[in-house]
Amino acid sequence: MNDMNGQTAFGLASDVSSLMEKRRRNGLVWHIVFIFSTTLAVLFLILLVFSIIDSVFGYAVLINDVEPSALVAGKESVTDFNRAELENVARTRLSAGILRRVEYDKPIAERSDKDLVSLVEEYVVKPKVLKTWGFWGSLTERKAIETYIGENEGSYATFRSWLTPSFIMADQSADPLRAGIRTALLGSLWIILITFVFAFPIGVGAAIYLQEYAVDNRLNRMLQLNIFNLSAVPSIIYGLLGLAVFVRFMEPVTSGSFIMGTVDNTANGRTILSGGMTLGLLVLPIIIINTQEALKAVPDTLRMSAYGVGATKWQTIWYQVLPVSVDRILTGTILALSRALGETAPLVVIGASTFISVDPSGIFSKFTTLPIQIYQWSARPQGAYRNIAAAAIVSLLILLLLMNSTAIYTRDKITKKKRLEA
Amino acid sequence: MKIAIEHPFGKKMRIHERLIEATLFGFALLSIVITLGIAIILIRESYLFFSDPEVELWGFLTGKEWQPMIGRFGFLPLLNATLTTSVIAMALGIPVGLFVAVYLSEYASDKTRGILKPVLEVLAGIPTIVYGYFALTFMTPLLRSIFGMETVQIYNTASAGLVIGILVLPMIATMAEDAIGAVPKELRLAAYALGGTKMETTFKVVIPAALSGLSATFLLALSRAIGETMIVALAAGAGPNLTFSPFEAAETITGYIVRISGGDVSYNSVDYNSIFALGLILFLITFTLNMISRKISRMFHQEYE
Repeated sequence: MNDMNGQTAFGLASDVSSLMEKRRRNGLVWHIVFIFSTTLAVLFLILLVFSIIDSVFGYAVLINDVEPSALVAGKESVTDFNRAELENVARTRLSAGILRRVEYDKPIAERSDKDLVSLVEEYVVKPKVLKTWGFWGSLTERKAIETYIGENEGSYATFRSWLTPSFIMADQSADPLRAGIRTALLGSLWIILITFVFAFPIGVGAAIYLQEYAVDNRLNRMLQLNIFNLSAVPSIIYGLLGLAVFVRFMEPVTSGSFIMGTVDNTANGRTILSGGMTLGLLVLPIIIINTQEALKAVPDTLRMSAYGVGATKWQTIWYQVLPVSVDRILTGTILALSRALGETAPLVVIGASTFISVDPSGIFSKFTTLPIQIYQWSARPQGAYRNIAAAAIVSLLILLLLMNSTAIYTRDKITKKKRLEA
Repeated sequence: MKIAIEHPFGKKMRIHERLIEATLFGFALLSIVITLGIAIILIRESYLFFSDPEVELWGFLTGKEWQPMIGRFGFLPLLNATLTTSVIAMALGIPVGLFVAVYLSEYASDKTRGILKPVLEVLAGIPTIVYGYFALTFMTPLLRSIFGMETVQIYNTASAGLVIGILVLPMIATMAEDAIGAVPKELRLAAYALGGTKMETTFKVVIPAALSGLSATFLLALSRAIGETMIVALAAGAGPNLTFSPFEAAETITGYIVRISGGDVSYNSVDYNSIFALGLILFLITFTLNMISRKISRMFHQEYE
C-alpha cells in the first residue's frame, strides 16, 4: 500500500472515506425513517383516541322552543323550579293528548321532581341543538362560539359531556339530546351470549379433534387449510350467508314461530338468534385456531403419563389436557368474542339496521347493537349525532376493555390456582 | 386342543369413546359445511342474478355504469372504487408497516418493544366502525384543509383508503416482524462480517431473505383491505361513480352491499340478487389472494428448516 497517494486496497483513501461517510449517512437516514414510521403508528393511535374523546366533551349551542323564564318569571333553568311550579307548568303547558297519556302512565302528583323536570324539558322547553364544538374547539374557538350565539337570537351555549349515565340508560330517540344506548347495549350483550353458546362448544370440539385425534391425512389437512381460509373471509360475506340461511331459509326457526306460533311478525327472521348465529360462524374459525394453539402448548409428557396409567384417549383429554389449557382456551375465546362485539357489517347485511327503541326481550326479538348504533349516528351529517356517536364509541371501547381485562384476570387467577395445586 | 384366552388387557371397543370422537369430527367437518354453504349460496343467488333478462354477464364485467334502477349493471365503477381505496391503503400500510417491523425486530431495544407491541395490539383490537368514524371526522377534514374544500369532496376514497391503511398497519407490522424474525441470525452475522452496515444488512440481506413471508403478509393485508366494509360505507360515499380521482366520492363493492342490504330490500328482486353476485366476486378475489398468500408463506417456512 502506498501511503503517498493515499492508495488502499479499496481505492484512494479519500474515496474510501467519502464512501464510508456516505454509507454511514445512509444508515442514519434510514434509521430516522424507521423511527419516524414507528412514531407515525403511535401517532395514529393517539389521534384516533383524541378525535373520539374530543367529540365527547364540548360546547353545544342550544335553542329553546319556550324559555324557562317565560314559564316562571325570573327562573333561568327548569331545574330551579320548585315542586308547585313544576306541577303547574306540566298541567297547563302540556298539550291535552300528551297530558292525558302522561297522567295515564303515572299521575303528575305522584311523579318525582326529576321526572317532572325532564317532562317539562321534553314537551315544553324543547331545547334543540344548533351546533356543537369539540373539546379542542371549545378551548380555542371561544370567539366563533360567541359570534354564533350572537347571530342566532335566543340561543345559548352549555358545556356538556355527551357521555352521561342517562345516555347509557336512555333508549333510542330521534332527538340527540335524549337519545341513549340502552337498547343497543342490551342487543350487543344478547348477541354475544348467543354467539358464545353457539360457537364455543363447536369451536373447542373441532379444535380438540384437529389437535388430539386427527392423523396427518388429506382430509384433515384440508380441514385445517379450510379453517385458515375461513378466518380470512371478509366479514360481510358471513353477513350474506346469514341473510340467506338464517334470515330467509330458516325464518320459521329464527323468528320463533315454530314453537310459539306467530310471534313478532315484523322481525322477519332478523332476530337476535339470527344475528348471534351469524357472528358465531364468523368467530368459529378464530376460536378453533386459538384453542388449537392452547392445546399445542400442553406438553406431550402429560398425555403420555396419562396413557401410561391406563387412561383412554378421552379420559386423557378431559381429565388432563383440558384442565391444563382451559385458561388459554378461555382467553382465546374472549378475544374472539370481542371481535364479534365490534363487528358491524354482517349485522347490517342481515338487516339489523332499523330504528328500534324496544329493549330485546329474548332470542326472538328484533335488535340493534352498539356498533350499528354508532354506524347510524355517524352517517348523519348533523353535528350532535357525531357527538353521541363518539359517546357510544367510548362506551363500546370501555366494554371491550372490560372484556379483555376480565380475560386476562381470569387467566392469571386460574394459572395461579393451578400453580398452587401443583 | 385350542384354549381361547380372554385377554384382560386387549383393546376394547369402547362405544362412548368412539361416539365422542365422531361428534368432535362432526364439529370439525362443520367448517367445510360453512365454506360449502358460502359457495352454494353465493353461486345460487348469483345465478338468479345473471338469469335476470336485464342482466348479461359481459355487460356486468365491462359495463361502466351501475344503476340497478334503470337496468344498468356494469360493475366496473364499484371495482374501480374498491381498487382505489385498497391501493391507497397499501401505499400507506405497506411501507409504514414494514418499517415499523424492521424497527421492532432490528433496531428497537427490548424495553421499546415492550411499549410498542401493546400499542399495535390496541390498534388491531379497535373495531372497524371506530376507524370509519375516524375517517369521517378526522381524516376527511384534514384532507380538505390540506387540499382545499373544492378539490376534496365530503365523501372521498382517499380518506377511506388512508384509514384502511392505518387499520391494516398493525397486522402488517406484526406479521412482517414474524417473517423478519424468522431469518436466521447467521445471515445477519455473515453480512456484518463482510463489513455491511446495519442498514445494508437489513435491506440487502434480511429483507430479501424474508421476502416470501413479507409478500404473503402484503397479500393478506390487501385481501383485508378489499373486504373492508364499515370504513368505506361511512367515508367513501354512497353512489357508484367511475372516477380515478381519489378526492371524489365513489362507492365500493362492500359499500354497495351494505347500503342495499341496510335498506328495505325485497327478496327475489334484482337488487337482492345483485348483492350476492357482488359478494361472489369479492369472495373469489379475497379467496384467491389468501390462497396465494398461504402458498408463498409455506414456501418460506420450508426455506430455512
